[in-house]
Amino acid sequence: MAKTLSRLQNPREWLALVFVWGAAALVTATFCWLLGDIIRHGLSHISWTFLTAPPENAGRRGGIGPILVSTSLILGVCLAVSLPIGIGTAVLLAEFTSDQSLFGWMTRRSLDILAGVPSIVFGLFGNAFFCKTLGLGFSILSGGLTLACMVLPILIRSTEEGFRAVPASYRLSAAALGLSRTTTLVHLLLPAAVPGLLVGLVLGVGRAIAETAALIFTSGYVDRMPESLLDSGRALSIHIFDLSMNVSGGDANAYASALVLVIMLLAINGTASWLATYGLHRKVVTV
Amino acid sequence: MTSLSSNTLSRWSTDELLCWVLRGTAAIAGTIVLLIVAFLIVEALPVLHHIGLLRFFTDPSWHPVEGLYNLTPMLWGTLFAMTGSVLIATPLGILSAVFCHYYAPPALARPYRRLIELLAGIPSVVYGFWGLVVLVPLIAEIQPPGPSLLAGILILTIMILPTITLMADASLANVPQQYVRGAAALGLPRWATIRGVVFPAAKSGLFTGVILETGRAIGETMAILMVCGNVVQIPTSIFDPIRTLTANIALEMAYALGDHRAALFVSGLVLMAMIVALALAAEWISRGRVYG
Repeated sequence: MAKTLSRLQNPREWLALVFVWGAAALVTATFCWLLGDIIRHGLSHISWTFLTAPPENAGRRGGIGPILVSTSLILGVCLAVSLPIGIGTAVLLAEFTSDQSLFGWMTRRSLDILAGVPSIVFGLFGNAFFCKTLGLGFSILSGGLTLACMVLPILIRSTEEGFRAVPASYRLSAAALGLSRTTTLVHLLLPAAVPGLLVGLVLGVGRAIAETAALIFTSGYVDRMPESLLDSGRALSIHIFDLSMNVSGGDANAYASALVLVIMLLAINGTASWLATYGLHRKVVTV
Repeated sequence: MTSLSSNTLSRWSTDELLCWVLRGTAAIAGTIVLLIVAFLIVEALPVLHHIGLLRFFTDPSWHPVEGLYNLTPMLWGTLFAMTGSVLIATPLGILSAVFCHYYAPPALARPYRRLIELLAGIPSVVYGFWGLVVLVPLIAEIQPPGPSLLAGILILTIMILPTITLMADASLANVPQQYVRGAAALGLPRWATIRGVVFPAAKSGLFTGVILETGRAIGETMAILMVCGNVVQIPTSIFDPIRTLTANIALEMAYALGDHRAALFVSGLVLMAMIVALALAAEWISRGRVYG
């Protein structure tokens, strides 16, 4: 752009310059304030004991050991259910239906709406369907299943993109060689689409870990070490919520838990954007 | 690719099987939305049957235990918080995207974009917690009590900002380079180019971004629950505490029974209706009806 020409011509240009830089500075400052605050208050409390010890005195003292276990169990259930359904749907949408077919169109629209459903509505649904109708009660299983419904749209979208990034010549060559479409899918397309799948996986995990509202009425509040998937278990995000809202004097541990959660999410998002940048453009596959 | 059924050359029965398995998974994924709506309706029906839809707007107050179910204060709470945050976040977000594309030196644009992505990844409960321990006391110094509509608007703004910024960023990237070069050749200064050439060309993407952020603002629960004070009232000033529809569900679901529980599912249905309306609007825009 013509920088030297534009600068001094009229006050409107100046004003725009100030506003644009001002907006960027404001956003950056807010971000640094937030992150700095959490790091400053949280870092001093994090230790190995904090990560492994059970919470004491409603979480005011002690650690977050059982909570991390519950969180990973919920996540495990969520992925075990959402991965097969998500990958299957993505394969169908990308490889086995034309863009004009009614079934494909309806599935796509319904996933678009699903992506926008507020998390608290997922909570209501999970409570009514998994906890009450299926009789799972407040349990890690109910929470994980609710989260699985929630992460499906993200998972499907990125996996589908991964499949669409595979060059058409792969499919044509496979067809010319007389390979069945199952063989083509398993041996050619799936390995080539792995980067997209991983991006979806990582983004889905990120959304699942960050979720609070959908879990309050499905996986519950109990902060003991869970003994089975049918036990209620407290996720890390609910722990932060509970410490800051319902437990007076829980702020120090809430800061530390928030820092743990933020570090986990930053690591996850970093992985996702690294994969999206370097993984998706890798076209050559060894079979 | 073409669908399997039209592929007459395929001789393998595994293909047939695979296709049906895939259709099964897609059917499961596709029916979740219907299941959600069905369960919301089934759970809400008893109270709709007893008292009808109208009383959710005409009852004198929200005292579900005494059978009074006025949702209007919560609706206003949601609307005010949503409008306020969208009004602040939209210009900030679009200016941020413009900054990335047309103002920042390349060395700054990349880290700035990364920073916005990080903001998008921070969970709502962390925003809520930060708002509760930092923003609310600050607001209380200006005008007690502190937990207020203002706190909610500010936190929501930070939360939905990445959504609009990333959408605007993507749609600015799609503006054809020759438009910008043409404007430069005409001697248009930078802001005039952006306002007169880039924005009109990116209009549809920008509108979709606004719709997406509005959806997030309506659906947000935890952060707003933590900073808004949760008093059921129609706010008269920006410093009044409010309660939103989502916060109401989260607060009362734990002990709600019978008609009260059903009333919460009714508010869930209201939220769902708003989201579907927004999705339809987004679909309408993406078909290009906004151009013209």
